[in-house]
Amino acid sequence: MATVVDSPHARAPVQRSRWQKLHANTKLWRGIMAVICALVLWEIGSRWDEWVGFQLPFVGLIPPPTDVARAWGEVIFLSGYWESWYLSFKRVLGGFLAAQLVGIPLGLLMAVNRYFREIFFPPFEVLRPIPPLAWVPASLIFWPTNEMSIAFVTFLGAFFTIVINVLGGARSIDIRLLRAAQSMGASQWHLFSRIVLPGTLPSIFTGAAVGMGITWEVVLAAEMISGGGTQAGGGLGFFIWNSYMGGSLEQIVVGMISIGIAGYLSSSAIRYLGDLSMPWRRMF
Amino acid sequence: MANVDTPATAVIKQQPTGVGLAWYRFKKSLGTTTPYMTVGGIALWLLMWWLACEVWRLPRFEKMPGPVGVMSELFARQPFLGISIFTYEFYEHVWASCRRIFIAFSIATGVGVPLGLFMGWSKKFRDYTFPLLETLRPIPILAWVPLAILMFPGFEGPVIFLATLASLFVTTLNTLLGVDSIDESYFRAAGCLGSKPKDVFWHVVVPGSLPFIFTGLQISIGVAWFSLVAAEMVSGDFGLGYLIVDAYMNNVTIPMVIGMVTLGFVGWGTSAIVRLVGNRLMKWRVRALALERR
Amino acid sequence: MDQRVSPKPQATKGAISIRNVTKIYDPEGVNVLAVDDCSLEIGAGEVCMIVGPSGCGKTTLLNAIAGFHSITLGEIYLDGELLCGQEKPLSDQGADRVVVFQNGALFPWKTLMDNVAYGPIVQGVMSKKDAREKARHMLAEAGLGDVAEKYPGEVSSGMARRAEIVRALINDPKVLLLDEPYRAMDALTKSIMHEALLEMYDRTKVTIFFITHDLEEAIFLGDRVVVMTTRPARAKKIVEVDIPRPRDYHILSSERFRTLVQETKDAVHEEAIKAFEAGERELA
Repeated sequence: MATVVDSPHARAPVQRSRWQKLHANTKLWRGIMAVICALVLWEIGSRWDEWVGFQLPFVGLIPPPTDVARAWGEVIFLSGYWESWYLSFKRVLGGFLAAQLVGIPLGLLMAVNRYFREIFFPPFEVLRPIPPLAWVPASLIFWPTNEMSIAFVTFLGAFFTIVINVLGGARSIDIRLLRAAQSMGASQWHLFSRIVLPGTLPSIFTGAAVGMGITWEVVLAAEMISGGGTQAGGGLGFFIWNSYMGGSLEQIVVGMISIGIAGYLSSSAIRYLGDLSMPWRRMF
Repeated sequence: MANVDTPATAVIKQQPTGVGLAWYRFKKSLGTTTPYMTVGGIALWLLMWWLACEVWRLPRFEKMPGPVGVMSELFARQPFLGISIFTYEFYEHVWASCRRIFIAFSIATGVGVPLGLFMGWSKKFRDYTFPLLETLRPIPILAWVPLAILMFPGFEGPVIFLATLASLFVTTLNTLLGVDSIDESYFRAAGCLGSKPKDVFWHVVVPGSLPFIFTGLQISIGVAWFSLVAAEMVSGDFGLGYLIVDAYMNNVTIPMVIGMVTLGFVGWGTSAIVRLVGNRLMKWRVRALALERR
Repeated sequence: MDQRVSPKPQATKGAISIRNVTKIYDPEGVNVLAVDDCSLEIGAGEVCMIVGPSGCGKTTLLNAIAGFHSITLGEIYLDGELLCGQEKPLSDQGADRVVVFQNGALFPWKTLMDNVAYGPIVQGVMSKKDAREKARHMLAEAGLGDVAEKYPGEVSSGMARRAEIVRALINDPKVLLLDEPYRAMDALTKSIMHEALLEMYDRTKVTIFFITHDLEEAIFLGDRVVVMTTRPARAKKIVEVDIPRPRDYHILSSERFRTLVQETKDAVHEEAIKAFEAGERELA
């Protein structure tokens, strides 16, 4: 963009350092203030009975942030805590990848081939509204080990989401792109690999991001329900449930925040991968 | 305009609406292969299920009930295992789940939509509240289960709380996105026509974000069901989630499958209701999209 | 179209005075001089056409008059009253200066009739019933009587744009601001729109501030055509169009018309080359 030097009205360009820009960023400061405010209110609410005498309805029953921070400080030195991270991540990754490996090709096939879609989409749509967790008992009966049952339900959770997204994305590719390629002599395979596939990438990543969230929920639930730790124990869900059973309220909150962080890291990883593979769409 | 009744104008009848339109579309679709393949697809799937579980009795599939078993039980007057469409208990469970969904969804929509609208409307408000929302949102709903049990006494409380929370996040976020999606020109147009802020809110912000709001509501009701079932399975005493877990605990698989099937059906039904309400409120979109239909 | 003979109103309001207006945008700390010391006087009831290369700052002037953007230096007066100036860089938005937007801004969720009735209702000058009556009447006058109850998404773009102009005119504005409203239309629709606009102008004699690229459109519609320089914008040349009103499409082939078009073309062409060579991105 050109700056005009010869006009008497043009000012010299103002160069601002990154630090100055940060300082002027009111949005950031408001957000930080709001979070700090919330933490303070939480602290006060939880400790109300200690200071005033009676317990506040909802907030009074949960441990204050300072206790949670202390508990966290203790827990990070226990290997069991990190093992929970590892186990949960392993399950999430396993189920998620399986869902992608099966779901993406299936979605693309349904998008491309009309007959396949018309036959397989109806039963797919009939099964989709059933919440994944409703499958847990059936899955436990069907699969020999607990671990496999959890894996299956995890797979289901992400599977439906990814297929729907891929299907929608592939079918919404601007038909003019396909026609342009055809008029330049592209073969069927070329059409698929050079246009349909890249064109569906944004939907694949959207489906992956949403599917990731669902996967975490399902893994958590499965760990809580079947947790009790006989065969498939451990994991962050189990950590939370165990803390609840053992009456350690602070650890419950520690677990919750840990899972939140874990989920956020997973979503960020997907976003990052998305940005890498779609350089033309920096605004993911 | 033309007062001469040409042959062409005589043929063009009134445009059908509502039920008539649905009937017209249905009749038209009978001419294509689509409905037949749909039926065929479902029939094929039922066939595979039946064969695997009841006829060939494949290794693991034999433990699961097949469609015949489920259907015969579901429609039996005197069900062997106590759950069929003729038993009172069945409807108790369906009603329990539906009632909870209704409460959770109503609260989540009643709070989430205004919250989202306000967040989209006022930059200041959004700057304060959005970070809080984004900090809490990554925590999976089920991680709240123990806390919910602690905070709310009894069974109903935690279950409804969890479904509401899940729904709330989705609804608020989508409403916010809806407000963001409104083209700047509409705000400017409203401004240069002499609107006051409240006019802009009611005549631009609210209708403009409706499409996003309703997409969000459809997602949120799905999420509400998801959380409800999970919560019922863990700590419920009635409801379809509880039915499934209870059947599993007692080693009776047929009521379990009945529960799953009913869940799917009811879930789809509630989603369809939301979609229909959306279509009624957004007549302008329905009509415009109909003209574009390929 | 109505053939009733109605007394032609005399223009008494809507005189715009743009004096030494300068506008500097400041994206990311690098100044962009959009308008530089631009002065222009527009008489009451005049049809003033603004032409110039893309991105030269024409829309900035319109935005300043309408109150969408502020100005950095200079003043703008409407009928002798200050719209914006040093003390008050951003004019208020108001129904005395209504805008018709480039891509159409009829509210998609209201019928044409409700769109048109919106202004008077919201300003409180008419009851709902009266406003809708008047809206229906004005739409009929513009040839849109049959589609008054339809939504913008259901009618053609030509009809929608006409309705948008009616929506503006029902407020009896002093100035009608149009930002390349017919840009995206084919030639046939455009010529119909021109005749419709001229017909509405002859009835109301509202001041029109019309930005366009189409030189023939400018000469056909305007009383004066102002050719703007490339960015930063300044009024370079003013072409007086002395073709008498009422005008119809027959004048398009007249000698005088062709001469005026050529004169304007020469002026614009010079600026267009400068803009092209500078390779600047569009301000819009």
